Amino acid sequence: MEQYFFRAKKMTVGYDGVPLICDIDVELKRGEILTLIGPNGAGKSTILKSIMGQLSLLHGAVYLEGEDLCAMREKELSKRLSVVLTDRVRPELMTVWDVVATGRTPYTGWLGILSAEDKEVVKNTMELTGITELREKEFLTLSDGQRQRVMLARAIAQEPEILVLDEPTSYLDVRYKLEFLSLLQKLAKKKGLTVILSLHELDLAQRISDKVLCVKGMYVEKTGTPETVFKPGFISSLYGFTKGSFDECSGRVELEKVTGTPQIFVLAGGGGGIPIYRRLQREGIPFATGILWENDRDAPVAEALAVRVIKERAFEKIKPETFQRAKKEIDGCKKVLCAIEKFGELNRENEELLLYAKSQGKV
Amino acid sequence: MKHFNISSIWNKKTKYILLFAGLMILVLFILGLNISIGSVYIPFGDVAGILLGEKENDTFWNIVWHIRFPRAVSAVILGGALALSGYLLQTFFHNPIAGPFVLGISSGAKLAVALIMVFFLGNGWKISSFALIAAAFGGAMFSMGFVLLISKKLKSASMLVVSGIMIGYICSAVTDLVTTFADDSDIVNLHNWSMGSFSGISWNNVRVMAVVVLLTGGMVFFMSKSIAAYQMGEAYAKNSGVNIRFFRISLVLLSSILSACVTAFAGPVSFVGIAVPQIMKLMFHTAKPVLMIPACFLGGAVWCLICDLLARMLFAPTELSISTVTAIFGVPVVIYVMIHEKRENL
Repeated sequence: MEQYFFRAKKMTVGYDGVPLICDIDVELKRGEILTLIGPNGAGKSTILKSIMGQLSLLHGAVYLEGEDLCAMREKELSKRLSVVLTDRVRPELMTVWDVVATGRTPYTGWLGILSAEDKEVVKNTMELTGITELREKEFLTLSDGQRQRVMLARAIAQEPEILVLDEPTSYLDVRYKLEFLSLLQKLAKKKGLTVILSLHELDLAQRISDKVLCVKGMYVEKTGTPETVFKPGFISSLYGFTKGSFDECSGRVELEKVTGTPQIFVLAGGGGGIPIYRRLQREGIPFATGILWENDRDAPVAEALAVRVIKERAFEKIKPETFQRAKKEIDGCKKVLCAIEKFGELNRENEELLLYAKSQGKV
Repeated sequence: MKHFNISSIWNKKTKYILLFAGLMILVLFILGLNISIGSVYIPFGDVAGILLGEKENDTFWNIVWHIRFPRAVSAVILGGALALSGYLLQTFFHNPIAGPFVLGISSGAKLAVALIMVFFLGNGWKISSFALIAAAFGGAMFSMGFVLLISKKLKSASMLVVSGIMIGYICSAVTDLVTTFADDSDIVNLHNWSMGSFSGISWNNVRVMAVVVLLTGGMVFFMSKSIAAYQMGEAYAKNSGVNIRFFRISLVLLSSILSACVTAFAGPVSFVGIAVPQIMKLMFHTAKPVLMIPACFLGGAVWCLICDLLARMLFAPTELSISTVTAIFGVPVVIYVMIHEKRENL
């Protein structure tokens, strides 16, 4: 008995015999969620297509409970693996019910007529995915987001053990993105459904995945739990971006910082600085900020956007040297903005800085 | 809400039953009409009598039994086959204006049959119905091969049809060339046939075409589940457990056999294959193969019976070629579909 439910071994994928990504090794237990991330055109879809058997492997093998997927008959495979693709489907004159019901194809008789049990499954799936009210609507009249949900319902109605989804969250608004991923999580954890999907939303990928596979170049860049993959600096190197930044800890993106001599000093802390930092970035004004503790809510955004950040070690009192550096920074700036509403025992120094700035007429 | 759903499903079922009953009655009624009307008018009552085995009036009996009845039955069978072939091709290419005629498949079959006929008749040999069908099938596959090659290169639906029409023209040109060099006595016969006509069909022919079409049609019906899955696109069909290679090959073979059979006996008949499936889809408001396969067959039968009646009667005693009439009725349908499709795509 294999310990892993799904296993890709030395899998090499590509089109027309030309390898695109080589030697992919992944193992998944039942009920685990694997997310593929990576830049556009890196080959996420190619890997997914190879796993679902739409593309033949160039090398290696994919196993489901120790059974070779390529050797499995279509019929057998269709009861175990279902898919949501990025292909646009144009089913003629079919209602939402009809489309979801096509998920039952592997289970119906030779004429494809639904049994009472099949109908029950279709009905339940539609309730689960929240598309019951669309039931009698014609598929082609739906919006892209609605279509996406119908295609997911179709895949779930197929009652698979493993679900493969290619960018399932594109076209979905934020509410359905969250509902959709919670549903996947519920299916995975409660019913033991194994899920493999590709996502562009790194923040969501970080939250939902048990494992993350980073695709870039000829070989898989990194595979592992989100904690091991989302290490500081890794994402910007994976996607190769130099403009802006990604905060691996919160999954937040910031645009490129404005460089130059700081013109404005922002007194901040406790989260109040973030909107000001972003506004200054939008207006293209270089700025410095302080005094922030390293664990302050403002700190990661400040690091991403400010030219200079005057920092103090976490949980420490502000040292005189730090205070002097901040004062010097204020001297260099034309203006000081204060994002702190109320000063407390520990940030007396910030209050002093404010008074100092006021005395110079910079506030 | 629940009540409403149940009644809507029930309504759908009654609608389908009524439509099928209507189509069947229409087939029988127009079949009777086709036998009754002609250069010699035979009253409906006499027609019924003769069909039930009475043999009072010898002339009438001869006309009905040897000329009009086999001709009408062949219109039913071949019309059904054409519509079915069109439905399969439309499904296969995901193209609403595909059909055996516009894709050049009928013309390919015509060319092969003309070659075989000229060769056999030139040597004074008799040709069996099966040999004709086999030749037509070869020709149909030849054109189909070209169309498939082109469809691999060009993804555009309209370009596919354009290339099909060009293939059709090439085949027709070669056919004309062949008939020009054939012996005079054969040409009249060959010329009539190459324009498309249900005339001169014997009971023997009918028997052969019935066997071929019913067998093929039965196989198509057995594939309806795979066809339904294929309507969601190839990738999803594969994931639903359809063996795509086998399915594609079967669909190509079956649709070619159907259109080859029509061409072998009646020559190329235009636009039935496109128009009838479209009308049936509009009537039934569904594209489900389980319903569409029998519906297309019946609809094609009605269509060809009416067109054949008009071809015989409009300018009697001169008979029009069947394609002339089918085109007049079929082309407006095709144009309507094209405009409608475009609106939907925008």
